[in-house]
Amino acid sequence: MDTQITLRVDGADHPLTVDTRTTLLDALRERLRITSPKKGCDHGQCGACTVLLDGRRVNSCLVLAVTVDDAEVITSDGLAAGGEHPLHRAFLDNDAFQCGYCTPGQVCSAAGVLAEARAGWPSTVTDDLTADEVDLTDDEIRDRMSGNLCRCAAYAHIVLAVAAVAEAEGVRR
Amino acid sequence: MTTVDRLVGAGVERIDGPAKVRGTAPYAYEQDPGEPICSVAVVQSTVNRGRITRLDPTAAEAMPGVLAVLTPANAPRLGEGLASDLPVLQSLDVHYQGQIVAAVVAESSEIAKAAVGAVAVEYAAHEPDVVLSTDRPDLYAPPQLMAGYETDSVIGDVEGALAAAAVTVDATYETPTQHNNPIEMHTSMARWDGDRLTLWDANQGPHNIVNDLMTAFGLERGQVRVISPYVGGAFGSKAFTHPNQILAAMAAKVVGRTVVFELTRQQMFCLVGHRTPTIQRVRLGADAEGRLTAISHEVVEHTSRISEFAEQTATPTRVLYAAPHRRTTHRLARLDVPPPTIMRAPGETPGMFALESAMDELAHSLGIDPVELRVRNEPERDPERDVPWSSRNLVACLRTGAERFGWAGRDLRPGVREDGRWLVGTGVAAATYPARRRKAECRITGHGDGRWTVEIDGSDIGTGAWTALTQISADALGVGLGAVELRIGDSDLPFAGGAGGSTGLASWGSAIVLTAREVRRQLDERYGGQLPADGIVVKGEVPGPSPHAEQYSMHAFGAHFVEVRVDRDTGEVRLPRASSVYAAGTIVNARTARSQFLGGFSMGVSMALHEGTIADERLGHYVNHDLAEYHVATNADIGDIDIHWLDEDDPYVNELGIKGIGEIGITGAAAAVANAYWHATGLRVRDLPITPDKYFRALGQG
Repeated sequence: MDTQITLRVDGADHPLTVDTRTTLLDALRERLRITSPKKGCDHGQCGACTVLLDGRRVNSCLVLAVTVDDAEVITSDGLAAGGEHPLHRAFLDNDAFQCGYCTPGQVCSAAGVLAEARAGWPSTVTDDLTADEVDLTDDEIRDRMSGNLCRCAAYAHIVLAVAAVAEAEGVRR
Repeated sequence: MTTVDRLVGAGVERIDGPAKVRGTAPYAYEQDPGEPICSVAVVQSTVNRGRITRLDPTAAEAMPGVLAVLTPANAPRLGEGLASDLPVLQSLDVHYQGQIVAAVVAESSEIAKAAVGAVAVEYAAHEPDVVLSTDRPDLYAPPQLMAGYETDSVIGDVEGALAAAAVTVDATYETPTQHNNPIEMHTSMARWDGDRLTLWDANQGPHNIVNDLMTAFGLERGQVRVISPYVGGAFGSKAFTHPNQILAAMAAKVVGRTVVFELTRQQMFCLVGHRTPTIQRVRLGADAEGRLTAISHEVVEHTSRISEFAEQTATPTRVLYAAPHRRTTHRLARLDVPPPTIMRAPGETPGMFALESAMDELAHSLGIDPVELRVRNEPERDPERDVPWSSRNLVACLRTGAERFGWAGRDLRPGVREDGRWLVGTGVAAATYPARRRKAECRITGHGDGRWTVEIDGSDIGTGAWTALTQISADALGVGLGAVELRIGDSDLPFAGGAGGSTGLASWGSAIVLTAREVRRQLDERYGGQLPADGIVVKGEVPGPSPHAEQYSMHAFGAHFVEVRVDRDTGEVRLPRASSVYAAGTIVNARTARSQFLGGFSMGVSMALHEGTIADERLGHYVNHDLAEYHVATNADIGDIDIHWLDEDDPYVNELGIKGIGEIGITGAAAAVANAYWHATGLRVRDLPITPDKYFRALGQG
């Protein structure tokens, strides 16, 4: 069954027809050919398809396109709309990737991590679950970024990159 | 040339980096073929060995949006000479579970996937035979191993030396089936224009793929083009042609449209290869001071019924330590499994786990520090080939690593350090990988305005080749980085072998250097050293292995030091810190090299603690065939990793002194972790991965 929707991606409206089975990821990659979000498993296991949906990070392979008709989707490419994003600069500075395939997802996930930390959300390694502020220590970053697999295993460099931006944004002491 | 040192060695930022962090670098699926793309999805066999008795595509064919259902009955006939599982849909015989038995081509991926479920298939099948063991009567010695190594090596009298040794170790180590699992799934997009085929494809070397496509479809070289400028990881699984490239081209031909075949993650567990499981018996004999008198390393591993893949598992044992009496052997069993293939440092990765674990056990038996034991057995010459080393700095790596890690004063006793509920230990292991050079061709074009184009069919699978080759080119031509446009990843470019065997920069870089040398000679002789206004085109090549390869033994070396913490109640293993030191010749790009070493080592940690594909012994399938159940290391699994390398100038390996660094990091890493685990717990786990259940199993045996 086909349905008409409009996807708002990186600030632009895209009216399109999708099969009701179509995921947000496939709507982006196959229909709109917006290929900044990557497909690595199609099952929410690797995180390569991570985008920001109304500001929160999601695995776009687990979202049906018809459910996000009215939402704002931001990809890693979209983060650079106003010029080089600090996370992009930090990933480059710290060589926080090799093949680059998981990287747009890592970047979107990192943007989500920073927002969650600013909002005071704890993680499984947070000692004080009642604290108003989160300090993005290395262990906090490792834990919060573990939904994004990197088979090149640039993890130690990803921690450096996220830490650099967290420090600049005041969520890391 | 005074400019040589200017860029080679510098930590130049990846030139493909800005596009990759934004996600705009086009991987295979993301290329624009210039027309709408249809999708391929496949029906896979549910038995391991047998024959299709009924295959009914009619329901699938009737579904709206289905363009074709390809089966062994209607698929175009492919050319003779395709090996292994490349003759896709050419027979009703089934050789492994997951084999492609039908394919749907449809207007969309949703339609194709739905139609797959409507294809009815029945089989006459044998019981699956998927269990490797050392007592199988059908074990055989292959004629040779991967990369041309001899199957066995025997020097002296190993049994006699073991019987006479003051101290011996006799232990059997096992590594499981492992899967490469690059995060970009294998993807092939095919388009025919008349009798010319274009394939946008995820691979490690377009020229490798072109040859099989020519065979399959009866094409001449100029009729096939494989384009692969960006590749989302590979680790060996994208080195050779797999069924996906053949099927994509076949499907595109049948429907007369551009088609894309993107494997699912699950399909990658049977259609694009795996690392064979190994069972390795290592016996060491030493005198009371720890000098080895005998080394024996006997390997049993598997291959498939339709291919012979003989992993060179014991080959590192032929070079690592001195001993007068030595033997390495490899035996294979042909099982009902998909064809194995290369996975990061094939041979060295499983082999070094066994050898370097056994050395740790020997050190304990002798009461000698495991670093000192290795130093005492440092060979002056290659112990089996009896030729000098082109350069070898293993001892310096061990000494430097020990210092950086803080090894001095380490208590030799296992299982005596506690920090709360954590049992704490440290471990060491050596690393090694051969340095090779392969044939490669290059074309350099000097443009009248001072720009240069350097063309070679190299690949960047995440290694940093885009950047490193640009650095090498700029230095070789005596210009700045911005004056060089590099073109790689396209079979229309001059020939190069794929990215594999840590030969990329050594081979492609040498071809560029030699070609640039010819450019300069021609400029000097014909144009007074100036680039002529109408430009210049020069072709060059490096013919193959280093001319010194016969007289010298050429290898990179390294050493890993790790700390491991084991939860005394749950058996959970953590790796808070590690130091690795390498001596691997010239380091072309300090920034990307660090990532190569880091990634290799971290994949070794993943191997030690997480990775293993489990075959169901009764039903024959791979049980944990996705990334939720085939565990790879995540961010939280990797602690603080210190990466360091020693300056090493090797004049024999190639024009640039490069030894290759893509694989050495993983070698020995799993042994270092296992040795630290033993030091923490007093428990020796000899079958990877070291999962929490094995803590309790070992305690029970305790």
